[in-house]
Amino acid sequence: MSGAAPLSGAASAPDADALPALTVEGLEVSVRTEAGLRPLVSGLSFTLARGETLAIAGESGSGKSITSLAIMGLLPPPAVRITGGRIKLGRTELTDLPEGRMRAIRGDRVAMIFQEPMTSLNPVLTIGTQLAEAIRAHETVSKAEARARALEALRSVRLSQPERRLDQYPHELSGGMRQRVMIAMALALRPEVLIADEPTTALDVTVQREVLDLLRDLQRELGTAIILITHDMGVVAEMADRVIVMRDGRMVEEGRATQIFTEPRADYTRALLAAVPRMGAGRGRPPVEAEPIARLSDLQVRFDLKGGLLGRTQARVHAVEHVSFDIRRGETFALVGESGCGKSTIAKAMVGLVPHEGRIEIGGQTLGTLDAAGRKALRRRVQIVFQDPMAALDPRMRIGDLIAEPLVIHGIGTPEERRARVGDLLTRVGLSPAQMERYPHEFSGGQRQRICIARALALRPELIIADESVSALDVSVQARVLDLLAALKREFGIALLFISHDMAVVENVSDRVAVMYLGQIVEMGTRDQVFGNPQHPYTRRLIEAVPVPDPLHQRPPAPRLAGEIPSPVHPVGAGPERVRLADVGAGHLVAG
Amino acid sequence: MPAYLLRRLFQSALILLGVSLVTFILLYVLPADPVRQIAGRSATPQVVENIRRQLGLDQPFLVQYGRYLWGLLQGDFGRSYLQKTDVATLIAARLPATLQLMGGAILCELVLGLTMGIVAALRRGRALDQGLMIVSFVAVSAPQFVVSLLLLYVFAVKLGWFPIGGYGTLSHLVLPAVTLGILGSGWYSRMMRSSMIDVLRQDYIRTARAKGLTRGRVILRHALPNAILPIVAMIGIDIGIFMGGIVVVESVFGWPGIGQLAWQAIQRIDIPIIMGVTMVSACAIVLGNLLADLVTPFIDPRIKLK
Repeated sequence: MSGAAPLSGAASAPDADALPALTVEGLEVSVRTEAGLRPLVSGLSFTLARGETLAIAGESGSGKSITSLAIMGLLPPPAVRITGGRIKLGRTELTDLPEGRMRAIRGDRVAMIFQEPMTSLNPVLTIGTQLAEAIRAHETVSKAEARARALEALRSVRLSQPERRLDQYPHELSGGMRQRVMIAMALALRPEVLIADEPTTALDVTVQREVLDLLRDLQRELGTAIILITHDMGVVAEMADRVIVMRDGRMVEEGRATQIFTEPRADYTRALLAAVPRMGAGRGRPPVEAEPIARLSDLQVRFDLKGGLLGRTQARVHAVEHVSFDIRRGETFALVGESGCGKSTIAKAMVGLVPHEGRIEIGGQTLGTLDAAGRKALRRRVQIVFQDPMAALDPRMRIGDLIAEPLVIHGIGTPEERRARVGDLLTRVGLSPAQMERYPHEFSGGQRQRICIARALALRPELIIADESVSALDVSVQARVLDLLAALKREFGIALLFISHDMAVVENVSDRVAVMYLGQIVEMGTRDQVFGNPQHPYTRRLIEAVPVPDPLHQRPPAPRLAGEIPSPVHPVGAGPERVRLADVGAGHLVAG
Repeated sequence: MPAYLLRRLFQSALILLGVSLVTFILLYVLPADPVRQIAGRSATPQVVENIRRQLGLDQPFLVQYGRYLWGLLQGDFGRSYLQKTDVATLIAARLPATLQLMGGAILCELVLGLTMGIVAALRRGRALDQGLMIVSFVAVSAPQFVVSLLLLYVFAVKLGWFPIGGYGTLSHLVLPAVTLGILGSGWYSRMMRSSMIDVLRQDYIRTARAKGLTRGRVILRHALPNAILPIVAMIGIDIGIFMGGIVVVESVFGWPGIGQLAWQAIQRIDIPIIMGVTMVSACAIVLGNLLADLVTPFIDPRIKLK
């Protein structure tokens, strides 16, 4: 059971190649509820060959994560458990294994990496300790030797300054670096099977690219079989040899990756693929010519970092630096960039949630010069829809009251009129007025986002800020919410500031685009200019990093960048180098 | 770090100043007259006035407070009205006993409370969990004079395991320390339980299990240090809660600490002693909080003292 001969399984038996690394037969997983056992996964069977990558694709609730936890023996007891079927790792039957023996297999013969690198490492233990204990849990080696092996593991995942990382704590590392540590930890003992549960979902697109490349290289080197669990068909196309599509706990379709993408058999697979936003789908729409509804000039947002005996400002976070753009009536203006680039801070500044320098003009009125009544009036004209619809709705209020609240605050209408308006809004976003008396938890994620949109529409705003509003939704739901936004925009002539990290979605929905990097705009122009003829290297890197949902797509070889984005924190008096935008033709602005 | 410490000490001094002012005002407006207590019922008005002048109690409030504060800055807590001794000497003689009692009580409440909390969290929703939570509920709600008398009756009178009262050996310490600790253990077990349940749900616990670590290591090395963080801050605050209990427990067990001193002083309105004990207790609370805050960065590296 120890990993003294980690690769023994591969060479021992003559039929080693024929023996699958993992066999799942008729797996049933159920949760115990008050109404009895409810199946989460039913009748799932598949095999995983050695060295193969099998993707399990599906939307939330499809049972894909539950399947991975069942293989690891980590189902949350006592409510969720395996109620039927068998799981075999090589020749070892896992289903009835006592916890003691399962523990010895976990991490040694089958390892797992998780979606959230930010929370998957223990914050109070150093990286070195967490790596070394994984090794020492399965092999009797000295502490010094375990540390040496940990260092080697960090080198193999191409982490910069590996010696220093050993003594650092997780919070000192970025998300991408932490996910590398997770991979190093999972592969340190050369497991036969690696389960990667949405390994890149929480990462920026360029970091996702690096992590996917790394996983593929390591797999080639070690011959590990990988089960890749993901909702992202682009990632599936890039990584998988074979694909299983799951829905509601059942397998809908299984096949080679090329077959799934070129000739999907199941209707659900076809629908899923159709919903995936693809680059190029938005090409050729003429830009909107109209008066600007919002105009930002030389906007700056900085946050002070205080310290010392007297609590003086010692450094500043330069979140937004000299940003200027305008949003025309009825157009969709997209701000795109990776986490920490300042795009959400701009949204907050525009609705007055953070103090700013520079000028924000909305409908001809300057934000900084207004009194309280003026600011309140201005808020009627700009509404915002956030990323997480569950967090944005008060769980103790009925949705009718939630949608009517902006009307109440601004003293619009009588209760009867408001009720009629709410009913009308619910119909507009594809829900029914009869649902007014229900609470947010009774709705699905996509429906909740529709409720948030209805609330934003209640005041008939001229500008809606959608801050990553579709990022947390499943692709099929995302497609429907995007359609809704487009329809509302046409109908009411609302302008949309669309903030997103997803290049494909932005390409599909926007009229004009600004690319942000470290608080500054590095490229801005119409969609066709920015996506059809990207000029700035960062824009190109973002576009090239997007996984393409086509297994035959050949990605141009890109330089391998393991670097980290520089910090936006500068000492008082200093600041980032200011980029100058130059017009390269027809209003296409690029940083020089 | 030195800047942090200096700032915190400055804040602590301000807090102590506030405490002294509020306590002084309360004692000043008290309807009972300390001079009457000293002089006795039969004293003539002339005698009463003399004593009042001697003690400076005829002066306006601000003068009295100013004098007291000036003395305090020089380390002078004043003289007891009735015992005719320096308050500093009285407190110094009794402080070790109280510190010993508090140390024992903190140890007792932590051992009892944390164990109960961890066990309950690991057996969440089962009979043992429910049983332990009933126990903790009883522990926080039982009045300390009842608990102390109960423990005295059972373990000292009936079983004879521990002495009935007094001070000196370890066996003298057990019953008063347990009495004080029981209240705290109820609080700690509830806090530890919810903190532990919260931590056990975290992603990094799942990671630790996925690595194939033993259950013991997952709980002790990964869950416990994270779960104990809110408890550490609580210990600092706890010293304040202790002071109330110490007055009761020291009286019941005849423990010669500052609680008894305070109790006697309150009965006789011996203002310098009341003030002295209050200031020493406030000092202990402020220092306890400071200490708790200084310890947290060693448990959680994300916390930086600035």
